[in-house]
Amino acid sequence: MKILVCISHVPDTTSKINFTADNAAFDTNGVQYIINPYDEFVLAKAMHLKEGLGASITVINVGTAETEPSLRKAMAIGADDAIRINAAPKDGFFVAQQIAEIARTNTYDLIFAGRESIDYNGGMVPGVLATLLDYNFINACVGLEIENTTATAQREIDGGSETLQANFPLVIAGQKGLTEEKDLRIPNMRGIMMARKKTLAILEPIETGDKTGSKGFEKPQENAACKMVAADNIDGLIDLLHNEAKVI
Amino acid sequence: MSVLVFAEVSEGKFKKNALEVVSYGKKLAEQLGTQLTAFTINAETPSELASYGADKIVTITNNALSSFDAKAIATVASQIAQKENSKVIIVDSSANGAYLAPIIAGQLAAGFASNVVELPISMEPFVVKRKAFSNKAFQHTEINTDIKIIGLAKNAFGVFETAGKGQEEAFSTELINTGVTTVSIQQATGKISIADAEIVVSGGRGLKGPEHWGLIEDLAAVLNAATACSKPVSDLGWRPHSEHVGQTGKPVASNLYIAIGVSGAIQHVAGINASKVKVVINTDPEAPFFKVADYGIVGDAFEVVPELIQKLQKFKTQNS
Ligand SMILES: Cc1cc2nc3c(=O)[nH]c(=O)nc-3n(C[C@H](O)[C@H](O)[C@H](O)COP(=O)(O)OP(=O)(O)OC[C@H]3O[C@@H](n4cnc5c(N)ncnc54)[C@H](O)[C@@H]3O)c2cc1C
Repeated sequence: MKILVCISHVPDTTSKINFTADNAAFDTNGVQYIINPYDEFVLAKAMHLKEGLGASITVINVGTAETEPSLRKAMAIGADDAIRINAAPKDGFFVAQQIAEIARTNTYDLIFAGRESIDYNGGMVPGVLATLLDYNFINACVGLEIENTTATAQREIDGGSETLQANFPLVIAGQKGLTEEKDLRIPNMRGIMMARKKTLAILEPIETGDKTGSKGFEKPQENAACKMVAADNIDGLIDLLHNEAKVI
Repeated sequence: MSVLVFAEVSEGKFKKNALEVVSYGKKLAEQLGTQLTAFTINAETPSELASYGADKIVTITNNALSSFDAKAIATVASQIAQKENSKVIIVDSSANGAYLAPIIAGQLAAGFASNVVELPISMEPFVVKRKAFSNKAFQHTEINTDIKIIGLAKNAFGVFETAGKGQEEAFSTELINTGVTTVSIQQATGKISIADAEIVVSGGRGLKGPEHWGLIEDLAAVLNAATACSKPVSDLGWRPHSEHVGQTGKPVASNLYIAIGVSGAIQHVAGINASKVKVVINTDPEAPFFKVADYGIVGDAFEVVPELIQKLQKFKTQNS
């Protein structure tokens, strides 16, 4: 089984989000980067399949050289090799087009991606990728079993889940549940050493037209101060929620 | 030219999300000086959409689409968009909407902006405001393809009644074989989902253990609310993963969010910040949640919540 795992390199979840003085771009000053949390779940699932059924795992990122630590980390966790498409991603469509180009030549059975990345939250790479490749696609996947070339998967729906079946080739957009938190992988020393010797191929992007463009950012308004209600004044709280906030 | 929205039903009835995209689509169509077409699958009373502004209602009746087949529906959407010469396509941000929109984008090679929170900032160029960085910021995104796809953030716009012409037209098409089949659906019955709830009651590690969740459930029951929890609570197995809300869990955009024994870590707040009114009950006056909440009580959940439940019950009987 040949698996491709899409890895997004994103600001750490505790990062303060600031923009450059003209609000044109994200201010990366002092920001730590991590593997997108959703991608960690799919990578751990890919490792699990590799150990159980046998598979090769390639990780891929569309990004500039700064993203390489995330690819090295993924290889330290156990991916066999890595590809970096050398481009600052313009939008999710662009990323999907670049990855599709690789998948057309290398052909994978299974492509994993996180449901969304926590920076731009576009939620479009896996779906667009599957459509461009004409692969089957399951979104918001929270459970997956593979038998031969058939996947039985659970996807999250509003108020429950749904069990789906699909054949390879298949794109899975995953999240927690696909792997449990406790089964996430942390690289060990040996893995880190081995990762240094693994191949990280750097490829140039293909030409594509721009579908969307970023026109700048704004920060949400500061919250007005919290109104404090005494613990023995529950009637006061109910009154505020009813008459002032009008939510009950 | 037209604006096209997908109005989804659940068991034949329109969900609030559907009425919200129709309301939004109508305003957008007016701004573009064009009409709004809504399409819907297996709806009991499609004509309802006219009251929210649909000028044309394209109805599809097909048993094969009674379970949600994203690719098949995306294909239908693309066909209708072509037939109706739709320049903007709007989909909601439900689990199904988020599955559908990128497929349509791929099929039509159209620019797509998800999590859009209001009407476009400008039409020429077409610029929308969308949530980014997990609710910590907004991005202005220009969509420059001929066809533009918008994923409307939940509860961002609201539902408005406006008269539309409501001309109905049946649409039938040969469905493609999509390769993904639904085997079964596990719907939590008798429970309101976090996605659909107007009110969400959430519990954190401050509740000390799963045996105390009766408090959360009882409070949710009086308020007709969904129950949710912080990440450690689901990691510890006190509650199912489906209740985990926050940056790496489910997003919440309810009218009212009540957090009990939740500290308000940045990752938790990122995921629930789109809620309109936030109430916090926490023993620690320094808990970060108080900085982002609208109403706060410093107090012990085990004392405050039982009294709140009892008083709300009284309030409900008086106000019903
Ligand atoms: C990559 C990453 C992603 C994450 N994603 C998420 C996410 O999506 N969602 C999420 O929730 N967290 C997430 N977290 C975890 C987050 O950082 C916090 O650890 C978590 O939200 C804390 O949960 P909590 O508030 O329940 O527990 P705690 O932080 O332990 O807070 C418990 C609170 O309960 C209060 N308390 C104690 N006893 C009582 C009582 N009797 N009555 C009332 N109050 C009481 C305490 O004062 C305290 O404020 C993430 C972390 C990381 C690193």
